[in-house]
Amino acid sequence: MKLLTHNMLTSHVKGVTKGYPLIIKATEVKVNELEFNSQFVSRMIPKLEWGALIQAAEWLGQSQDLPSTLIPDYEKDEEFLRKVHRILLEVEVIEGSLQCPESGREFPISKGVPNMLLNEGE
Amino acid sequence: MDGTRSVRRTKEEKKLLRRQIKASHTLLKHEGISTASHPTKHLVVSNGGLGNGVSRESLMEVLKEGGPVESLLTPPAKPYAFVTYSSTEAGQNACTLLNGRALQCHDQTVMLYFSFVEKVDGDRSVSCALPPGLSVLEDFVSPEEELQLLQAVDWMPHTDDVTVQKALKHRRVKHYGYEFRYDNNNVDKDKPLTGGLPAECDALLQRCLADGHISVLPDQLTVNQYQSGQGIPPHVDTHSAFEDPILSLSLGAKTVMDFKHPDGRSVAVVLPERSLLVMKGESRYLWTHGITPRKFDVVPVSEVEGSGVMTSDLSNLTLNRRGTRTSLTFRKIRHVPCNCAYPSVCDSQRPPSPPTVPVAEGDACHLEEQYVHQVYEEISSHFSSTRHSPWPRVRDFLLSLPPGSILADVGCGNGKYLGINPEVISMGCDRSANLVQICVERGYEAFVSDALSVPLRSGSCDACISIAVIHHFSTQERRQAAVRELVRLLKVGGRALIYVWAMEQEYNKQKSKYLKERTTEASVERSGELETEENMFNQQEEHDGKTASDMKCTEEQNVTQPRIHIHTNRTAFLSQDLLVPWHLKCNADKTKGEQIGSTKGPLENTSQGPVFHRYYHVFQQGELEEMCCCVTAVKVLRSYHDQGNWCVELEKTHGDSS
Repeated sequence: MKLLTHNMLTSHVKGVTKGYPLIIKATEVKVNELEFNSQFVSRMIPKLEWGALIQAAEWLGQSQDLPSTLIPDYEKDEEFLRKVHRILLEVEVIEGSLQCPESGREFPISKGVPNMLLNEGE
Repeated sequence: MDGTRSVRRTKEEKKLLRRQIKASHTLLKHEGISTASHPTKHLVVSNGGLGNGVSRESLMEVLKEGGPVESLLTPPAKPYAFVTYSSTEAGQNACTLLNGRALQCHDQTVMLYFSFVEKVDGDRSVSCALPPGLSVLEDFVSPEEELQLLQAVDWMPHTDDVTVQKALKHRRVKHYGYEFRYDNNNVDKDKPLTGGLPAECDALLQRCLADGHISVLPDQLTVNQYQSGQGIPPHVDTHSAFEDPILSLSLGAKTVMDFKHPDGRSVAVVLPERSLLVMKGESRYLWTHGITPRKFDVVPVSEVEGSGVMTSDLSNLTLNRRGTRTSLTFRKIRHVPCNCAYPSVCDSQRPPSPPTVPVAEGDACHLEEQYVHQVYEEISSHFSSTRHSPWPRVRDFLLSLPPGSILADVGCGNGKYLGINPEVISMGCDRSANLVQICVERGYEAFVSDALSVPLRSGSCDACISIAVIHHFSTQERRQAAVRELVRLLKVGGRALIYVWAMEQEYNKQKSKYLKERTTEASVERSGELETEENMFNQQEEHDGKTASDMKCTEEQNVTQPRIHIHTNRTAFLSQDLLVPWHLKCNADKTKGEQIGSTKGPLENTSQGPVFHRYYHVFQQGELEEMCCCVTAVKVLRSYHDQGNWCVELEKTHGDSS
């Protein structure tokens, strides 16, 4: 699971109103180098919940001093975009779990796959 | 010929002529045999056929009186025969002399009527091979052993549970080892009979073992005794009850056993006295076998002691009067479910009883769990291997998305749409963990979730696709909830593409690919080639259809909610709620190994595994659009029919109120 996906995921446990972001409890993290495409990253940034991304990167010790609020004119800042590229696309959680911040329900991550299935009535 | 006689016929002659004309009309009407108005050397002998009890030998005796016979054809089960004399003159003489002759045979008298024919069609014979896996071993036991075995079967009634004996309507039977129950066509595997198999059978069973006809000793014996004129209806021995092969020893008299393939092919096999019938593979699992109740069998003349397929050489057939035959059928009780290659006729591989169309939410969840989720988990790897080419119009939709769009593929399967447009950010989810694993191994982002509760932020997606997913939900409420969930994920202005399987597989006079592929598969099978991965359906599924209708009959008596039909693959849909069979292929390595192992003739195709049934609700024209229109905050941009699917493209028009 990349942090890009984590940024989109939310808890869907019944009755939960503040299920975002899911808390990452990682036991195995991998960094896969990928070709950097500044345009692609720039386009993605406005679609993200910035605060949740930085929070996730901190949980994994990968925040690289990125600011907790988005800087203006980031399109022209290649160093910044490279850091975002890294945390969004290169860092992957292989083993661990995602936890709903409100209900405490944990969803396992195994072989890179988060299992978000709920039981009946959850 | 005397001129006056031809003009002034006696009353008898007129009667004879009338009957002869009637006989030739019958031949034309029922058999398509046209008689000639002028003399020839070929004659058809009405009433002189094997089909009405006239043996070849007694007919020949009469025919010889008319002159030297060149050939005599006696088609099986026909009330006539064809005789050819040496010349037209000889034919004419014979006709004059023999027409109207009464022939006494066995316990009846038949009147023979002769008509000329232009030629005798030698091609009327049909040659056929033994069913695959079948063999008849002649003289498997000696006459001494035969006597000993017949004496070993004690037909005196007993009250103990050492053996079980029954007088059936058409034969008497006795069971050793385990009782075969005719009420459920199975055995009570935990209730063996104390007597075991008779010791007299040991020697011959050991011989079967040594000769490699069996690999384990049988533990069940059914003795059937047939009087002349008795038989057994066509049947396949219950797959779940007995292993493969099945042995049957014929004692006391010969008989003819009829084997029938589900496609209608039929082969009559002569079982001589003291022969052993070995039914293996296809002949054991797929072909029915039975004995027609009759007093005479048509058998080849020259092989009076012989076995094998009843041919077909019509110049070589005669009648054999049946005597009392005792058959010893040896079987090995099966303790694990049958996993043969013929699921359509296999009781182990059939759902015990199809579920009803659910109404309550709980029933729907249960049905989908059993007939959708579990099945996809089981078939995931085979399923994935058959899902590689994206549908062109889905691809077009994906390529139309602006760069940087966020796409959710809800029900992504093996992820075949996740990499189509590299300019968009694609995330997949599926209910099947095995399929999601395949996506992740391919380098795509995917997670396991239910399409009714997708753990993505509301309004986070620029586009959603739901390809061949919503038809797996078993109630209207759930299908609509799945659309609502897709719309929830969209941001305002975002688009969703939905594909579901259409009830209408023929649209604008065009058959869908799904229907068209049927013909190719049929020809592939006929030519006996190995099936390709896409050709996983076979003709046996005709039987699934039959099963479905059988099951339908039982349903009508007691249940108000209709049962879900089992669909026959590659045919038009007969109802909207269906179970569609999936024939699981075993993996390639295993198949290869088994094929190398099976060098002993034509065994069953081992490349096929068990059959699974997936639930589908196929949509009628207009149904999908109507359903989407009831969802708030969305409009239908377009809808269309694409290769047997109904499709809609939706746009979210305003924000969620919820």
